[in-house]
Amino acid sequence: MSTTTTPTISEEHPIAPFLRMDRMPHIWCPTCGIGTIVKCFATALDESDVDLDKTAICSGIGCTGRVAGYMNLDAFHSTHGRAIPFATGLKLGRPELQVVVFSGDGDLSGIGGNHFIHAARRNMDILVILVNNFIYGMTGGQNAPTTPITARSSTMPFGNFERPFNLPHLAESCGATFVARWTCLHIRRLTKCMRMALRHKGFRFIEVIAPCSTLYARLNRLGSGLDLMRFYHDEAEIRHGADTREVDIGFQDRIICGNFVNEERPTFSDMMDAHYNEVLGDRYVPMAPEGGWLHD
Amino acid sequence: MKTDPAGVLTGVHYLDGDYACGEGAMAAGCRFVAGYPITPSTEVVERISQRFPMMGGTFIQMEDELASMAAVAGASWTGTKSMTVTSGPGFSLMMENIGLAAMMETPCVVVNVQRGGPSTGLPTMVGQADMMQARWGSHGDYELIAMSPQSPQEAFDLTIDAFNLSETYRVPVMFMMDECVGHMTEKVVIPEADKIDVVPRVLSKKKPGEYLPYAVNGRPVPEFVRAGDGYRFHTTGLTHDEKGYPVMSAECQHKNVYRLMNKIRFNAADIIRIEEEDVDGADVVVVAYGITARVTRAGIDMARAEGVKVGFLRLIVVWPFPEERIRELAKKVKAFVVPEINLGQMVLEVERCAAGKAPAILVPHAGGGVHNPEDICKAIVEAVR
Repeated sequence: MSTTTTPTISEEHPIAPFLRMDRMPHIWCPTCGIGTIVKCFATALDESDVDLDKTAICSGIGCTGRVAGYMNLDAFHSTHGRAIPFATGLKLGRPELQVVVFSGDGDLSGIGGNHFIHAARRNMDILVILVNNFIYGMTGGQNAPTTPITARSSTMPFGNFERPFNLPHLAESCGATFVARWTCLHIRRLTKCMRMALRHKGFRFIEVIAPCSTLYARLNRLGSGLDLMRFYHDEAEIRHGADTREVDIGFQDRIICGNFVNEERPTFSDMMDAHYNEVLGDRYVPMAPEGGWLHD
Repeated sequence: MKTDPAGVLTGVHYLDGDYACGEGAMAAGCRFVAGYPITPSTEVVERISQRFPMMGGTFIQMEDELASMAAVAGASWTGTKSMTVTSGPGFSLMMENIGLAAMMETPCVVVNVQRGGPSTGLPTMVGQADMMQARWGSHGDYELIAMSPQSPQEAFDLTIDAFNLSETYRVPVMFMMDECVGHMTEKVVIPEADKIDVVPRVLSKKKPGEYLPYAVNGRPVPEFVRAGDGYRFHTTGLTHDEKGYPVMSAECQHKNVYRLMNKIRFNAADIIRIEEEDVDGADVVVVAYGITARVTRAGIDMARAEGVKVGFLRLIVVWPFPEERIRELAKKVKAFVVPEINLGQMVLEVERCAAGKAPAILVPHAGGGVHNPEDICKAIVEAVR
């Protein structure tokens, strides 16, 4: 008599342990790309050896600004544009933490642009995942520092005439030591890139292009979510190690993706420790990895 | 508990208020400071950056005051006591994240060495015109604590108190120095570490899963945890419930805002600190704070020489305001006289609490210098006529 085994069917989604399931459903629109990117990030965490209890996530404000609130980590939903300096405080206050900033293009490169360039300059040891949907989504489709020239937004109803940022180039030229760009269609490659970035030390920047069919695509008549995915499929070009000066994004133009920069350079804390060790010798007392917590 | 001796420079020193404030922070156990240079406050962080590397502290000069205040809030969530230092224009920029710290109930100290304003104003000269901004500067309803030292010694002592109050009530504490006290050099006695009481960050003993970040269970403030201890907690600047999850409703807003306000209002008696001299039987009580308290004493002496019975009430903790005490005194005195280096800020509080029972007479000064004691004397003498 033969025995049959019943395949085990899990009731729980594999990434559920990484999410605050008690906060579902999330607020994102159907066809929004942010959820896919969160899935990639959760998978990357799952496949990495990072200590989740020592991982903090920080967001600013906006659609992507809600990511921190859905991740089952120590999570900080801070103010508009200030996720990077808040994360800097977390990292320097307790150096053993892995600190991740997850926020949008308007938040990190608009109102938070000054913090972005300075954290990159310092090679502050944080991972920044920037979801770029070319528009301010949460507030209703206003022009962003990433809106391509001629693209319409609610505040550029006749088309944008301001030159947008080339974010990978901005990050690299300011000193980021890991720079990549993917679209939310590149699920496997993006997940792998996130795994690499989680292992890397220093200022790590991943730009992820994501559709906003509610606003950006509607204002620009780009079709449905499926059309947007098809556009990424047809127009994204993978060019690892590309010169970041050449990865500008034009309206409905090619999107150059890939892992562009991956360098080893001492972080802010490495530089501080090395310098004080040299000039102060035994007198230097670095902050303990678990922070400067004063307790009995 | 007693403080960590590593930060305590025990001895008798000759220090200005800025340095004394920095020493107070280090003695209180502060080990993270983020700041941006601004006159007349910069000596505070210069002192700290000189000594922090030898005691396990980290100073970072941020790109602006927005970032400084955000970094301080972030660092505080690791359990590391944190502070930033600024003056008027920088204080304005910090308001956004002072509101975040108030909403997330993040202990921290914000030093404002006040100079003349508005705008760039008088960068190197004294003002006291940020007192209302300290209370109301960030948007929305919240309460916090503000204090004002009158000397370098008090800058040292009160900075320790500021940290202790911020831990006890989980609020940002505004340390409202002024340029005169900041740049005045006097004797400062720093006691031994075992004489300095500090309020440590006591962490919740609840297990992850049982812990609710904003449940108070009858205490004035929620229990602490810190990032990196496995609690996987959530905190936000949005209106939130006990889990720290956003809830967009009038009911949740009511609970959230009332608790933020009441933790200070219901404990005001524990927080308020004033100093009184010859108030009993006085016809006039002068109310002053900071450097103006020092000048006021000369004005009071002159008025007494003219036969007026004058008392003095010095505000040490300025916010919450000593409402009850002013109400009581208003029934007994003929008038309050309030000299301050602005065109009428704390005098409005005195007037509100006196509620018409006694007038509150402002002795204004637009800034750039301190009062002439004769002007204070004149206001006192005229008040009883």
